[in-house]
Amino acid sequence: MAYSEQVLDHYENPRNVGSFDKGDDSVGTGMVGAPACGDVMKLQIKVNENGVIEDAKFKTYGCGSAIASSSLVTEWVKGKTLDEAMSIKNTEIAEELALPPVKIHCSILAEDAIKAAVSDYKQKHGK
Amino acid sequence: MNFDFKQDHFSLFGLPRRFALDAGQLDSAWRTVAAQVHPDRYASAGDAEKRAALMMATHANEAYRTLKSPLARARYLLQLAGVDTQEDTNTSMPADFLMAQMEWREAIGEAKDEHDVAALEKLARDLQRDAAALQQHLGVALDDAGDLDGAAVLVRKLRFLEKLEQEIGDAIESLLF
Repeated sequence: MAYSEQVLDHYENPRNVGSFDKGDDSVGTGMVGAPACGDVMKLQIKVNENGVIEDAKFKTYGCGSAIASSSLVTEWVKGKTLDEAMSIKNTEIAEELALPPVKIHCSILAEDAIKAAVSDYKQKHGK
Repeated sequence: MNFDFKQDHFSLFGLPRRFALDAGQLDSAWRTVAAQVHPDRYASAGDAEKRAALMMATHANEAYRTLKSPLARARYLLQLAGVDTQEDTNTSMPADFLMAQMEWREAIGEAKDEHDVAALEKLARDLQRDAAALQQHLGVALDDAGDLDGAAVLVRKLRFLEKLEQEIGDAIESLLF
């Protein structure tokens, strides 16, 4: 199957690979996995005192589409509030990367990862 | 012969509907059924009966494959109980399990980069041990505790392990051939 140019770009030059200290109060960590394909995604956000995401990192084991989806989402969430980040839809990710139908689950994984990261941050801060 | 496509796979082979399974019993039951519906036996039968026998033979093979694999068998038992294993939709696995998945992937990647077949074979053995433990838990959840939701989580975990097994196999193959 041919990957789209957008997927190849993120796959070959993934943005924001890495991790933050999970114990840091300003960090929210989301870990999700897709049983059907075995892909595992860790996505972390660093939130400033105004509730704005100032940085994001990811680590993904999976296919090119899963890596591209997480790379794209880490770009998108920067500068967003937590609520704005929560409203990112997998369909937007799939559209931006021109994912074929069989790879839609990769974009769902990325949406679930950002939601899990925001929830983790909120939980840390008793919200 | 009347073909009953509606009975479940366990009834087809005359086996108890449970996860614990005597593999030898399944094999011999399958051979009996396969012989009964073998197309050769219907060489002189009418077209409709021939067709039905062929469909039944296919059905029996599919049933055999399903019951033979622990993962497929557990998934099938849950399906019979009306429980969706959510393998395509549920992404929220326990964090420590996902962490371990990442570590497995890293170890496979490293062993592959270092062309270390022995390390990959050791990973395959470790993985088999983990899979056996999960299957044992599945047996308890399905046959003894009736914990269907717990069993669905175990099926999802086993699915991850199946994928890892494939990756280790592919890695070994890529180094050997």
